[in-house]
Amino acid sequence: MARAASPRRRAVTTVIAWAVGLAIFFPILWIVILSFKSEGDAIRPPLQVLTSAWTTHTYAEVQERSDYFRHFMNSVIISFGSTLAALAIAIPAAWSMAFVPGRRTKDLLMWMLSTKMLPAVGVLVPIYLIFRDTGLLDTRTGLVIVLTMINLPIVVWMLYTYFKEIPSEILEAARMDGAGLRDELLYVLTPMAVPGIASTLLLNVILAWNEAFWTLNLTASKAAPLTAFIASYSSPEGLFYAKLSAASTLAIAPILILGWFSQKQLVRGLTFGAVK
Amino acid sequence: MATQASRAAGRLMLSPAVILLLAWMIVPLAMTLYFSFLRYNLLMPGMEEWTGFDNYTYFLTDPAFFDALTNTLLLVVGVLLITTVGGIALALLLDQPFWGQGIVRVLVIAPFFVMPTVSALVWKNMFMNPVNGLFAHLAKALGLQPYDFLGVAPLFSITLIVAWQWLPFATLILLTALQSLDSEQLEAAEMDGASALSRFRHIMLPHLARAATVVILIQTIFLLSTFAEILVTTNGGPGTASTTLTYLVYVQSLLQFDVGGGAAGGIVAVILANIVAIFLMRMIGRNLET
Repeated sequence: MARAASPRRRAVTTVIAWAVGLAIFFPILWIVILSFKSEGDAIRPPLQVLTSAWTTHTYAEVQERSDYFRHFMNSVIISFGSTLAALAIAIPAAWSMAFVPGRRTKDLLMWMLSTKMLPAVGVLVPIYLIFRDTGLLDTRTGLVIVLTMINLPIVVWMLYTYFKEIPSEILEAARMDGAGLRDELLYVLTPMAVPGIASTLLLNVILAWNEAFWTLNLTASKAAPLTAFIASYSSPEGLFYAKLSAASTLAIAPILILGWFSQKQLVRGLTFGAVK
Repeated sequence: MATQASRAAGRLMLSPAVILLLAWMIVPLAMTLYFSFLRYNLLMPGMEEWTGFDNYTYFLTDPAFFDALTNTLLLVVGVLLITTVGGIALALLLDQPFWGQGIVRVLVIAPFFVMPTVSALVWKNMFMNPVNGLFAHLAKALGLQPYDFLGVAPLFSITLIVAWQWLPFATLILLTALQSLDSEQLEAAEMDGASALSRFRHIMLPHLARAATVVILIQTIFLLSTFAEILVTTNGGPGTASTTLTYLVYVQSLLQFDVGGGAAGGIVAVILANIVAIFLMRMIGRNLET
């Protein structure tokens, strides 16, 4: 919407908007700053923190003392593993609902959504016991299974809204030209579906990376991803501000970058297409 | 246009997702329901016995349940209030033309991507800590007494932390909705001499109502399960001052090993969440028709 604005009004808006934006972003900026300080400097009053010496020593120490990289890899494996598994199950399902809709497709979609509304505590006890008895507790496999299932409805929904936008006339045209089912899938539909699948993947990795109910309850140490690793700082160790900051910065940086690319998909994915 | 064969193929493609989700939903839920009628403590294996509605009576009459219910309501309503009102204000601001729009947008959205354990710990230690926190330093610089946020007002502090995480979500959705508003309508109203306030009240607000409802419903679903923020800041305390329903069920089942009682609490949580879910589903379902 390009309404004309006087330069003065634009300048005032610019100042206010930047001030508000920086205020909201400030906690993140602050931990990045603290992560480059020594432990002793990090707890000083803010102005002294800013003027104290910069160091990258804390990062090395975090890796050394707590094996940061292992938790990072757990997060990567769990979030990508569960996302890929969910995609493998959801792509055929969303595909068939978008292109071969039946009488009950809508009910089915709504039912899938309803499973997402089930509060996690409602099934915490049985899942915990099943995992304990099958040896899945504190394993990456166990978390991949749980996160696949809790995000599956969102994945199906997102893919469905994307596939739905592929015009079916294109399919008819391809068939007229004598394309078989295989050609149709490979050369017509797949290229058109790739952007939607990529967006879904992106958003789902973010959701899985930050998931903090199951990852905290079902892991102890071996399979603990970054959410659980950071939570371990809630003990008195949290008073090590610089180390907590460095660990936090490393934990959120990759997802912050991915997240900035996925603003649009976020709205669509999390509102199930209700707001576009 | 769908043939018999493509229908069969369609059903085949659909079945893994449906069967898995069905199993995921029904098996644990049935188990929870079953456990909720048992006296079942993990510390006393082999002593399980049928107790009828005892667990429910016990859970619902426990003073902690009433506290948890109140706390859950306060937390959810508090966060919703801050995020919707703040979200509308922010969306209106970001919709104005100004320099660096893209960058400011990115700054505002960032908190949503911060994992809950990080944001909770950072707020708890670096900002709200009464000795070394930033707020304490500021208070001291101004000659005031530092405020012990999580000690004195634990639930309110957690509300602030959670609101910080969800404000970007509300802003982003409301901004998206605002940008889909027909600008000609606004210009016409402006030409007819409608003031900025009446344009907001009679054109923008009705247009935002739908998006705001979606924001409220979706956030409610997620907020009812708030867990990590409580676990790493207050552990539900002091006492039950910041224990929510989700947290109470966690304490009962995994810390006190009372599987039966925890399961009864879980079923209560499911029933409460369903009440919200029905409204949300209606809205999304209506949208699916068009």
